[in-house]
Amino acid sequence: MTDEMDMEEGGVIKKFMFVNRKAPYGTIYALEGLEVVLISAAFEQDVSMAFIDDGVYELAKGQDTKAIGQKNFSPTYRALEGYDIEKLYVDQKSLDERGLTEADLLVDVQVMDSAELAAMMAEQDVLISF
Amino acid sequence: MLHIVNKSPFERNTLESCLRLATKGSAVLLTEDAVYAATTGSAAEGKIKAAMADLKIYALSPDLQARGMAGRVMDGVNLVDYGGFVDLVTEHSNCQSWL
Repeated sequence: MTDEMDMEEGGVIKKFMFVNRKAPYGTIYALEGLEVVLISAAFEQDVSMAFIDDGVYELAKGQDTKAIGQKNFSPTYRALEGYDIEKLYVDQKSLDERGLTEADLLVDVQVMDSAELAAMMAEQDVLISF
Repeated sequence: MLHIVNKSPFERNTLESCLRLATKGSAVLLTEDAVYAATTGSAAEGKIKAAMADLKIYALSPDLQARGMAGRVMDGVNLVDYGGFVDLVTEHSNCQSWL
């Protein structure tokens, strides 16, 4: 992949968007996506995350996984800022459909309408879905 | 931008989200179980027809043939084979494979 070569050679910064559309815990997608995002931070690229459909549940406050025996990875979203990953975009329609508002989310995000989010996606160099 | 969708519209809302978030002039390629969305008489037909106003809709022929749907493709859906799939990827500056 030329993208990887560019990163190794340094200097080329591409816009990467990680698109999250799955709820946490029911499948491994959300956790895997988060791990890939953290790895991507090491490559000093222009990284953003979009939360759409059930992906907005990843950011819900108050997650407590003790009783299901899985790791609660939701605090990690608050740590993203420390890795210079500050562009977190949340789909307004997906929040609305689920009865959620920005106040229900555990991290600061930019809530976007469909047109804004569509434009943001269109300007990316690389989109990776989880 | 090229959007690639591979899930049935009856099982997931992937196609719906893709169509909502695709900018005008984008291309949408239906592959695997998403090809059912390109068939006539399905409940997804209206969504695809409406999307054609702003988007170019493609479907992967081998996947339609495999599912017995090759004879039921809606008018206005562009059929491509694997070579055409590659062409679509190279013709667009970026692409999103929806999950």
